[in-house]
Amino acid sequence: MDIIRFIQYIASGTAYTLGVTFVALPSGLILGLILAIIYVYGGKIAARILSVYSTVMRGIPPIVLLFILYFIMSGTINLSPFWAGSISLGVISSAYQMEIIRGAILSVSGGQMIAALAIGMSRLQAIRYIVLPQTLRLAIPPWSNEAAIVIKDSSLVYALGVPEILRRAQLISASTQQPFLAYTTAALIYFGLVLFTNTLLRRLENRLRIPANP
Amino acid sequence: MANKILTIKNLTKTYGNNIVFQNIDLSINEGDTVVIIGPSGTGKSTLLRCINLLTKPNGGQIWLDDEEITSKEVNEDNVRQHIGMVFQNFLLFNHLTALENVKLGLVKVKKMDKTAAEAKTFQELERVGLVDRAHHFPGQLSGGQQQRVAIARALAMDPRIMLFDEPTSALDPELIGEVLEVMRKLSLAGMTMLVVTHEMGFAREVADRIVFMEKGSIVEEGSPEDLFNRPKFQRTREFLWKITELYGKKE
Ligand SMILES: Nc1ncnc2c1ncn2[C@@H]1O[C@H](COP(=O)(O)OP(=O)(O)OP(=O)(O)O)[C@@H](O)[C@H]1O
Ligand SMILES: [Mg+2]
Repeated sequence: MDIIRFIQYIASGTAYTLGVTFVALPSGLILGLILAIIYVYGGKIAARILSVYSTVMRGIPPIVLLFILYFIMSGTINLSPFWAGSISLGVISSAYQMEIIRGAILSVSGGQMIAALAIGMSRLQAIRYIVLPQTLRLAIPPWSNEAAIVIKDSSLVYALGVPEILRRAQLISASTQQPFLAYTTAALIYFGLVLFTNTLLRRLENRLRIPANP
Repeated sequence: MANKILTIKNLTKTYGNNIVFQNIDLSINEGDTVVIIGPSGTGKSTLLRCINLLTKPNGGQIWLDDEEITSKEVNEDNVRQHIGMVFQNFLLFNHLTALENVKLGLVKVKKMDKTAAEAKTFQELERVGLVDRAHHFPGQLSGGQQQRVAIARALAMDPRIMLFDEPTSALDPELIGEVLEVMRKLSLAGMTMLVVTHEMGFAREVADRIVFMEKGSIVEEGSPEDLFNRPKFQRTREFLWKITELYGKKE
């Protein structure tokens, strides 16, 4: 097998890696965002429950959680390994993203909410039009970190048999006896994806930066 | 007889065991400017926050026109729309330009369409003399300009009354004048205003009535003339002395 075909074989797993990431990151973001809002504005009981959620989710290795969530999901609704794995990673990421967004909400000054209420906005409007636009800007740098983690953790779905980059590297390394080349190729692809994403997000951060914000 | 816009009866506010103020009675006629003065920690800010329903009083009642706004059935968001509030630290929305700061309430709260809202926004910015700064962000404006945008933002909602909580205390001395000037014009134009301030020159010249608060109660109130020249209480006299020493050097 020539080197081009070798690399192509591994690289064709990129579609799955991206697929998993594109499901896991946004679903983790939406869930994390909603949970963060409830955490901050939803009262003491909700905050207590979500603090437990956060501690538990972040205290267990993602691969273990992935198996647990996968078996729960495949036992109840009939999902393919790809979807079950992606959604599981999204749920895991939601705990981290919740913490990122919660931190960002708390660093937007409380006065902003008060000023919004003072012109007659409801709390929900104040959150949507005043707090969140500032929160999300603040959240981009730490979120970019989480995006990198999710891209890398997408490799975990190899354990469910999804033919993504790592899975393919493993297969071809076994059949060709070229583990070094196989895993280096995989590493370079992951690295490229992370680098690309971080660059993109840094551009977004700069574009959205509020002029002369104190 | 003048119309009462704001009526406060027996208002009490406590935080735990700490009584911030007790049995406050106050009413404001349409078109009047009432200035509240008093030492730090007396509960002036808390009183304004209660009027604006940003804090719940523990007892007493407040009426805006004929509506009791402290009643349980009242829609708080709706009430706040009719009470303008200007804060010591401006509190402009940091991610929005001056124009957007003023326009947002018109579009989202008053549900005006975009063109009408924009026209009204420019009208309000005109009033505070900042049309040329419409597209600047708060961080690109001086403190005085930020406060004037904040005033325009509150005015845009066509409030029944405007509350000012030490609107110039966070400003450099050379910027205070432009904000006081806007407020003076507003008062002359007939806006009903309740102002907490240490600016005695402003109080003297603009106020219809001055209220002296100390340790959570109203010590005395009256026309600027009476308070400055014939205060009934020694405490009032002492406070006015002290405050003129501190702030009034230039006058
Ligand atoms: N959220 C709160 N929790 C507990 N105590 C509070 C709270 N807000 C205000 N207080 C207390 O209420 C009292 C009155 O505060 P307030 O800010 O209304 O005074 P003020 O007259 O506006 O003073 P200043 O001139 O310094 O602005 C103070 O003793 C303050 O510690
Ligand atoms: Mg105060």
